[in-house]
Amino acid sequence: MPSNPRTQEASGRHLSVGAFSRTLLDTFKATVLTSSLSSTLIGLQWAAANMRRFLRPGHDPARERLKRDLFQFNKTVEHGFPHQPSALGYSPSLRILAIGTRSGAVKLYGAPGVEFMGLHRENNAVVQIHFLPGQCKLATLLDDNSLHLWSLKVRDGVSELQEDESFTLRGPPGAAPSATQITVVLPHSCQELLYLGTESGNVFVVQLPSFRVLEDQTISSDAVLQGLPEEARQRRVFEMVEALQEHPRDSSQILIGYSRGLVIIWDLQRSRVLCHFLSSQQLENVSWQRDGRLIVTCHSDGSHCQWPVSSDTQQPEPLRSSMPYGPFPCKAITKIFWLTTKKGLPFTIFQGGMPRASYGDRHCISVFHNSQQTAFDFTSRVIDFTVLAEVDPSAAFDNPYALVVLAEEELVVIDLQTAGWPQVQPPYLASLHCSAITCSHHVSNIPLKLWERIIAAGSRQNAHFSAMKWPIDGGTTLAPPPPQRDLLLTGHEDGTVRFWDASGVCLRLLFRLSTVRVFLTDTDASESLNAQGEEEWPPLRKVGSFDPYSDDPRLGIQKIFLCKYSGYLAVAGTAGQVLVLELNDEAAEHTVEEVEVDLLQDQEGYRWKGHERLAARSGAVCFEPGFQPFVLVQCQPPAVVTSLALHSEWRLVAFGTSHGFGLFDHHQRRQVFVKCTLHPSDQLALEGPLSRVKSLKKSLRQSFRRMRHSRVSSRKCRPAGAPGEMQTAGITKAERTGLQNMELAPVQRKIEARSAEDSFTGFVRTLYFADTYLRDSSRHCPSLWAGTNGGTVYAFSLRVPPAERRMDEPVWAEQAKEIQLMHRAPVVGILVLDGHSVPLPEPLEVAHDLSKSPDMQGSHQLLVVSEEQFKVFTLPKVSAKLKLKLTALEGSRVRRVGVAHFGSCRVEDYGEHHLAVLTNLGDIQVVSLPLLKPQVRYSCIRREDVSGIASCVFTKYGQGFYLISPSEFERFSLSTKWLVEPRCLVDSSKTRNHSCPSNGNSMGPEKAVGRARNSGSQSDGEEKKPGPVMEHALLNDERVLKEIQSTLEGDRGYGAS
Amino acid sequence: MGQKFGAEFRRFSLERSKPGKFEEFYGLLQHVHKIPNVDVLVGYADIHGDLLPINNDDNYHKAVSTANPLLRIFIQKKEEADYSAFGTDTLIKKKNVLTNVLRPDNHRKKPHIVISMPQDFRPVSSIIDVDILPETHRRVRLYKYGTEKPLGFYIRDGSSVRVTPHGLEKVPGIFISRLVPGGLAQSTGLLAVNDEVLEVNGIEVSGKSLDQVTDMMIANSRNLIITVRPANQRNNVVRNSRTSGSSGQSTDNSLLSYSQQVEPSFEPEDEDSEEDDIIIEDNGVPQQIPKAVPDAESLESLTQIELSFESEQNGFIPSNDVSLAPIASGTNTEFEARAADQKLLEEDGTIITL
Repeated sequence: MPSNPRTQEASGRHLSVGAFSRTLLDTFKATVLTSSLSSTLIGLQWAAANMRRFLRPGHDPARERLKRDLFQFNKTVEHGFPHQPSALGYSPSLRILAIGTRSGAVKLYGAPGVEFMGLHRENNAVVQIHFLPGQCKLATLLDDNSLHLWSLKVRDGVSELQEDESFTLRGPPGAAPSATQITVVLPHSCQELLYLGTESGNVFVVQLPSFRVLEDQTISSDAVLQGLPEEARQRRVFEMVEALQEHPRDSSQILIGYSRGLVIIWDLQRSRVLCHFLSSQQLENVSWQRDGRLIVTCHSDGSHCQWPVSSDTQQPEPLRSSMPYGPFPCKAITKIFWLTTKKGLPFTIFQGGMPRASYGDRHCISVFHNSQQTAFDFTSRVIDFTVLAEVDPSAAFDNPYALVVLAEEELVVIDLQTAGWPQVQPPYLASLHCSAITCSHHVSNIPLKLWERIIAAGSRQNAHFSAMKWPIDGGTTLAPPPPQRDLLLTGHEDGTVRFWDASGVCLRLLFRLSTVRVFLTDTDASESLNAQGEEEWPPLRKVGSFDPYSDDPRLGIQKIFLCKYSGYLAVAGTAGQVLVLELNDEAAEHTVEEVEVDLLQDQEGYRWKGHERLAARSGAVCFEPGFQPFVLVQCQPPAVVTSLALHSEWRLVAFGTSHGFGLFDHHQRRQVFVKCTLHPSDQLALEGPLSRVKSLKKSLRQSFRRMRHSRVSSRKCRPAGAPGEMQTAGITKAERTGLQNMELAPVQRKIEARSAEDSFTGFVRTLYFADTYLRDSSRHCPSLWAGTNGGTVYAFSLRVPPAERRMDEPVWAEQAKEIQLMHRAPVVGILVLDGHSVPLPEPLEVAHDLSKSPDMQGSHQLLVVSEEQFKVFTLPKVSAKLKLKLTALEGSRVRRVGVAHFGSCRVEDYGEHHLAVLTNLGDIQVVSLPLLKPQVRYSCIRREDVSGIASCVFTKYGQGFYLISPSEFERFSLSTKWLVEPRCLVDSSKTRNHSCPSNGNSMGPEKAVGRARNSGSQSDGEEKKPGPVMEHALLNDERVLKEIQSTLEGDRGYGAS
Repeated sequence: MGQKFGAEFRRFSLERSKPGKFEEFYGLLQHVHKIPNVDVLVGYADIHGDLLPINNDDNYHKAVSTANPLLRIFIQKKEEADYSAFGTDTLIKKKNVLTNVLRPDNHRKKPHIVISMPQDFRPVSSIIDVDILPETHRRVRLYKYGTEKPLGFYIRDGSSVRVTPHGLEKVPGIFISRLVPGGLAQSTGLLAVNDEVLEVNGIEVSGKSLDQVTDMMIANSRNLIITVRPANQRNNVVRNSRTSGSSGQSTDNSLLSYSQQVEPSFEPEDEDSEEDDIIIEDNGVPQQIPKAVPDAESLESLTQIELSFESEQNGFIPSNDVSLAPIASGTNTEFEARAADQKLLEEDGTIITL
């Protein structure tokens, strides 16, 4: 092996550095003493370099203080629908809903903004939730048969949910486990007793809050048997307790229903059976009429029976028995409500009972009232349901007003007072995943005008919802009004884009955009089939929005880009489709112009083996008010669109796939250029996405499975706890178990440098428009930047004609630069900093006086973020200025990067722009601009949670969202200033007397009340807070938007011609 | 003073306190042997008997300081030089080296094939920091050049036993699991299956996952320095005593005076082998991206130069106007190479402050 002088030189340097760690001075002396002149110089410089490293800003106390004013990490609220709900509870007095999940979480919801979450230490499913009457307390039963007592305690004026006690019922030694297996829980109205029905047929009594078992009060099956007449004793009537209910009027009587069909009424004071009812069918559940004079039982054969209650005569047979969906065999009715009304017959509401053969697979809840009969048909399994009715026990009638159904994938509330029983739109618990989320895009600080227009368009889509005020409205929210109007856009597998109000604690659907109408799909045929409907009986009606079945996976939305100033929107999908849309307040019928763009640029020898492109519908298409497409660009080959950028001022849209990228002038509707980035030997990129999609889906599924298993370890400390830099406590245990697993099946990883021949190097990861100095330092010009998976950055200089000649002259582009990063890691972000090292503003931002004009005097800098490194280059002559080698230092790779403005919580108007970075390890870091110094680091997402990491979006103000399950976004904040979290108060003493929400009002005012939080007059007061930027937004919005509107209308005129 | 140049021996004296520069020393040697125009390789035997080269001031000074009292210098004609005698392999094949070089009379070594000059080769690996690492550790530098040999190894999770305050404890570790035949890792002979990886470019891997370590290695793949605890400890450097004069332990280092500390860590950024990103302007010729006019960060320009040298030498950059002269004379001292580089870069309009 040849020796090499440079080797030694290098090793010498190692030495000097290693030694340095002792003291700087030693090193310095040593170097000087032992080196010749030239070496001395080098030694000096290394020493100096080391000194600089020691004096990093991190060690500057003033900077440390400032960092505390700027950065703070909190997970603030979970948006969306809980993953795998397993229990429902409702407190009529508090008007609060509780949902338990299979991972042991309890979530409470009241009025919009009133939310609580608790997590059982045990990672067990919550089976039942019961609020204790008249108190801010609830008891939960887990599937490990443990009972937990939770309470809402007020601390510093804010209610907090906490677990007080837990308890497991123990039988006598030697008893079968089933003896104490709890099946039913009845919180007694005396507020301190819980009756626990068990599998053995015994009913135990425990005293709260200490969970002391009152053994002398146990209602054993033997004792009950004693009280029964001879003929009832003959049959094996016991087995497990299926129902326990307190007499509606007399708290000394409880009803016990046993699974074999026996129902008794037990006198608690005298410990005796008051009366009994014997059914021939297995008992499922019982409902006791409000006055206590009638009980209604439901059975496993799909029938329900009415039994009059009187202590004098024993009824051998039910008064009435009916099998609603007979006569053929039916499935069990598992729960029933019998609710009286002032007018007309009682409501009969029950779950199940469908004809076994033809509709046995449906998840139905039937409501029968007078002649109205509807079987609400849910798209996912019904977990539980409840009916909201009159609370006051002295009232004569139940007068039910709302049906609340917890299905596996969504919460559905049905207005029972309005004819036709329409759905009520929930203000929270939105099913984000009604079609799987494929991408998300966040837009901060939406101008009021655009906000109102989106809401107006959305309200027409929601016309079918009931006008009823949200009936679950317990508690008061104390959170300050949201600081700004934020939109979160989610793209879905079925080709829809949903616009969510992400300003506050409640994530509310504002508008739903479907791109399906642009394309020819099979959907149309099946839709008409559905319209014809089912048979008349059972009277099925589909409810809810959860629809996981995509008609065509090619419709899936992959990238979204919204310009909040102009109302232009670009969306791109799985089959290379790029749509440009504009906001129109009216319905319109027009033709969408279709343009095909060949990204391979006639390169020979390629054959696309993936899916075909979508076929566009020819001719005029009718679009509802809202965002309406006017241009469709179809990439060829139709590979998934991997990056998208829209410049609304220049009217250009750029898009990239695994084959290349293109620029399209959507004003002239003309392709400006395309650039093929494909490496000639990259066959995989040509084969199409099918194999990869499959593996991605598999990995997502696995990751959710893993998440379910280990969610407990990842659960956050609530913000109440100190937001520590790193939450490492829980991880070590997981690591240890992980280690054990690894020892069983060792995996190995190949160590190899990236090469230009790797697959998917041409994959375009990021696109960026900038007005900067690309060619010389005297003239700036529009430019388009693209970064690829192989570490290449392309820059094109653009010439956009001035506004008056915009239609006449073509947009012209020329490649100006190509940068090849030698580490060849994927480029995930490109950014240009102006002369003051501030990121360039968004298009139109300056035109709207919402941002200072960028500094065009000083020299601009280019920031390229790859998965491994951050690099700053000078412009226009590209020279390397600064870098941060993240992967080499930490072994983590950049997954997401975004520029965020961090305001100081202490000094008004002080703020800094920095990079928010999410790594593949789930850490969130702030990296300073322009010096690329790491500022803070927090662990946020578990590293195994690949789908969570992939779903993360940052806002422009230091917040972010990521999916913790297919249906839930976790919201987090890195900023001390912008923090959206629930702060609310629930007070048990303030009992509410209003039984049901008034429904007589017209629709308008109620809607307005519901939305006042985010729009309209109320926002005027709050807008002052964010500082000068927002003031400008309000002052200038109207005028500028009118201008934009007029130009938009001009466009439409052109489009129609 | 011995000289193995046609079995010619010379002995002369040198003032230990003022050894002077290598250039002067080289001139002196040429003068003493009356070979003013012959290129030679100069080596010396250190106290362990390793044959180490003398080609710059640093290792020259070190050689002089180790003379006890005699310094044995070996001079070989460049054309006939036995390169295998030098360098890292001396650690492994110490016995051979000793027999080959120190006792040439006892041993008629097989005529081995000298293919060409060392400058025609690239260094592919080296052992570094021997004197600051514990004896049980080995720090290996792998030079990965462009499309040449793959690094060619795999790593896996495993566990190793450590001595901790609580006694022996099993801790997770990262191990080399496989060497690809013909790969760089295998061809160096410095890494072996089941070697435990302790550091990657100066960053400890303990507490890091397999994927993290994989990413770190790939991120450093162009100049990968891994510190391992070899599974086979028999080939380790055996030292006289850990506390004896530090200079004596140094086997492959040019700087010696502060090697007392057994500090197995070093700052990786200083070891920064910055890859040279390439810029193509206006569809023109690819060029390396120069360093920006150095302000506070100027010191890194040194690295820059060294690197440009490396990558150029390997022809990795298809560049035409940055071709570097030093390639032609690979055994020049680093300072010469640097100077040449500097000149070139200056022509490029970049200011380098040395």
